[in-house]
Amino acid sequence: MQKPSINHSFQYPGSIGEMPSGPCADAGVLVEANAGWRVFRPVLDAAKCVKCLKCWLICPDGAIDRSGKDYAIDYAFCKGCGICAYECPTKSIRMEKEGDDVE
Amino acid sequence: MVNVRDLPERELLYGHKACPGCAAGTVARLILKVTGERTFLAYPASCLSTVTSIYPQMAFAVPSFTAPFAATGAVLSGMAAAVKAKKMQDVTVLGIAGDGGTADIGLQAVSGAVERGDRILYVCYDNEAYMNTGIQRSSLTPYGAATTTSPAGKAGGAIGEKKFKKNLFEIMVAHRIPYCATASVANIADLLGKVAKAKDTDGPSFLHIHAPCPTGWGFAAERTMEIARLAVESGLWFLAEYQDGRVTLNYRPKEFIPVREYLKTQKRFRHLGPAEWNVIEEQRDREWAVISGRWEPAGREKA
Ligand SMILES: Cc1ncc(C[n+]2csc(CCOP(=O)(O)OP(=O)(O)O)c2C)c(N)n1
Ligand code: SF4
Ligand code: SF4
Ligand code: SF4
Ligand SMILES: [Mg+2]
Repeated sequence: MQKPSINHSFQYPGSIGEMPSGPCADAGVLVEANAGWRVFRPVLDAAKCVKCLKCWLICPDGAIDRSGKDYAIDYAFCKGCGICAYECPTKSIRMEKEGDDVE
Repeated sequence: MVNVRDLPERELLYGHKACPGCAAGTVARLILKVTGERTFLAYPASCLSTVTSIYPQMAFAVPSFTAPFAATGAVLSGMAAAVKAKKMQDVTVLGIAGDGGTADIGLQAVSGAVERGDRILYVCYDNEAYMNTGIQRSSLTPYGAATTTSPAGKAGGAIGEKKFKKNLFEIMVAHRIPYCATASVANIADLLGKVAKAKDTDGPSFLHIHAPCPTGWGFAAERTMEIARLAVESGLWFLAEYQDGRVTLNYRPKEFIPVREYLKTQKRFRHLGPAEWNVIEEQRDREWAVISGRWEPAGREKA
């Protein structure tokens, strides 16, 4: 999946002197995931999925990954809104309570 | 028409902090899939700016500029002038702004940019209030919606917003803009096709996109697309486009579903009853009579 990766080595400025100056900053910079927002987690059943692309199109976070053989969900950035599960025409995505089963 | 299978895999908006289920997230990422990497983006103060550029994160992967709240149109004009001066080819100068930033405070700036004829693509994602600052009403807030500045109250009998939603599309049509359209996340194919047309327009183009907001409207995040569909099916949102001097209604439900089926899905309308539903239905019918009369000359009516 083509997307910016998290820069785990980012150091926050330690003092005002280390703050970047000027109006410009790099684009496509991520330093943390959004995974902690989820209460429910979408689980995609690849055997049922017909790859219609609907979930990929409508996900507000772009967290459906269509690059592999099967579609997959980027759990680092999925917020668990449930839109994909609600809209999937083949009911291939179900929402599971986070923490119920630890993979 | 855009073939969705041809859309690039690359996400040019990723890792943003919008609420779960935010339609504005879907709108912005899909637009960027069509306009592509060679996009210069400007957005004013809004949910979109707040959720994408929280230091040190920058969720847009294209060059972008945070415009003063009122100035998106003017900033786009400046960007278009720079693109011209640098003789850059195949670049989209894109603005994405909220309903407040477009129909209220930013209206003169976008009007000026359109009137100047600059090659820009301006998108208004319409979540029907000033969401970023805590749900204040705008001129695109619909009748009956409770916001923090148009509260509903049992004691005083306040019904929420007392005025009807302004027709922003017709304001743009009145500019005789080369291309403008309304769209909704309820119909992604229609939306993508309109973005592609707007991108290819040699001059200004404008899209007004209905973007349900779970937080401000009060509904469960999973229902965003369904709420958008109900708005279209109840006739409270219309899909239309204007090009070559002619408006086309892209979709006309065979029969409108009752407005209450849309209104009852959201907390902001929950205080309304049959009397207000009637007012809303009558206004809807008046509005459709006006737009059909204006846009669908006899003969084209029964398409
Ligand atoms: C001149 C000015 N006035 C007020 C504000 C505060 N402000 C920031 S965002 C915002 C609301 C934006 O509403 P809208 O354009 O509808 O976008 P949304 O947040 O709903 O996405 C306001 C009032 C500001 N940034 N600048
Ligand atoms: S919406 Fe359902 S069937 Fe379509 S691609 Fe997604 S998971 Fe597969
Ligand atoms: S639950 Fe929401 S954020 Fe997660 S993949 Fe589905 S649509 Fe995207
Ligand atoms: S308040 Fe509404 S528009 Fe703003 S980020 Fe949340 S869901 Fe999106
Ligand atoms: Mg708004």
